[in-house]
Amino acid sequence: MTAALNGEEVAKKIAEVVPGSVAAADKVTVVVSSKSLYQVAEFLKNTLGLDFDYLNDLTAVDYLDYFEVVYHLTSLKHNHSLVLKTRCYEREKPIVSSVVSLWRAADFQEREVYDLMGITFEGHPNLKRLLLWEGFAGHPLRRDYL
Amino acid sequence: MEIEEYRIASSNEVDAAEALRISSLKEASQQPIPDPDRWLEEEIGRNVLVTTVDYVLDWARSRSIFPLMFGLACCAFEMISTATSRFDISRFGMDIFRWSPRQADLMIVAGTLTWKMAPAVKLVYDQMAEPKWVIAMGACAISGGTFRESYSVVPGVNRIIPVDVYVPGCPPRPEGLIYAITKIHQKICKESIKRA
Repeated sequence: MTAALNGEEVAKKIAEVVPGSVAAADKVTVVVSSKSLYQVAEFLKNTLGLDFDYLNDLTAVDYLDYFEVVYHLTSLKHNHSLVLKTRCYEREKPIVSSVVSLWRAADFQEREVYDLMGITFEGHPNLKRLLLWEGFAGHPLRRDYL
Repeated sequence: MEIEEYRIASSNEVDAAEALRISSLKEASQQPIPDPDRWLEEEIGRNVLVTTVDYVLDWARSRSIFPLMFGLACCAFEMISTATSRFDISRFGMDIFRWSPRQADLMIVAGTLTWKMAPAVKLVYDQMAEPKWVIAMGACAISGGTFRESYSVVPGVNRIIPVDVYVPGCPPRPEGLIYAITKIHQKICKESIKRA
């Protein structure tokens, strides 16, 4: 069974390396600020002992006040997992760093999130619509679409 | 670190051409195409000479229909199970499901049709040679089904192509599909070479 790492302990480790990034920590989740997302992701991937080399999933949730981008990470070496979340408070132009350079799986997932939610991923090599066609107006999975 | 610049990929020609196809098809299919259902009422007034030829030709055509494999979603599984040994459609002469529309004469649209797939359906239908028939299988193909109000679902396949027989169900039982096929046989047997 893949053990879920305790979010609070990981949050402490992150806070040592990237100060001021952790917004909240739960039993399984760590919430970071969107500005420091890339550094935290890099730290989680490259540190011995954490080694999160597999991105299971990348999705987004629309709470009307903010967007939350959720990353499910797993370490194949140590067989543990973590949930990383980041929040975007801009409604008009939500921008988050892309993690494509760390995990290639993020490529299509980020395109899907851009397509359906409108969150732009900075640093993505090919950010265009994936499921809908190009001239489609709007981002359908937002709460205020339709 | 302030994120100032971001780059959305510039549109390339393939995407733009696809978008144009889809949006022009969506504009053109605001009304459903009327069903070709005149065969239900019309009298069979044929002259005697043609009748025997008609009879044999229609019998031969209806007993050897080549269906086109066009399963889009879950109804495809019911279509496939109709083709397996329990609900055998091989006994109706339809055991070879053709993959190429040029060699098929019955198109069974099984499953939800989205606007992104709609130009492909139109293309495949246009590539079939006359005489051709269409069965709309399942609630989603008839009217959009549960997903009718969705932003991406075509509300019924009859917006894009004319449909001969509708099979209700979600998914319809294989027996239901076989009943639809017998209706198609009846339709074929009422056609005459004068009009074909």
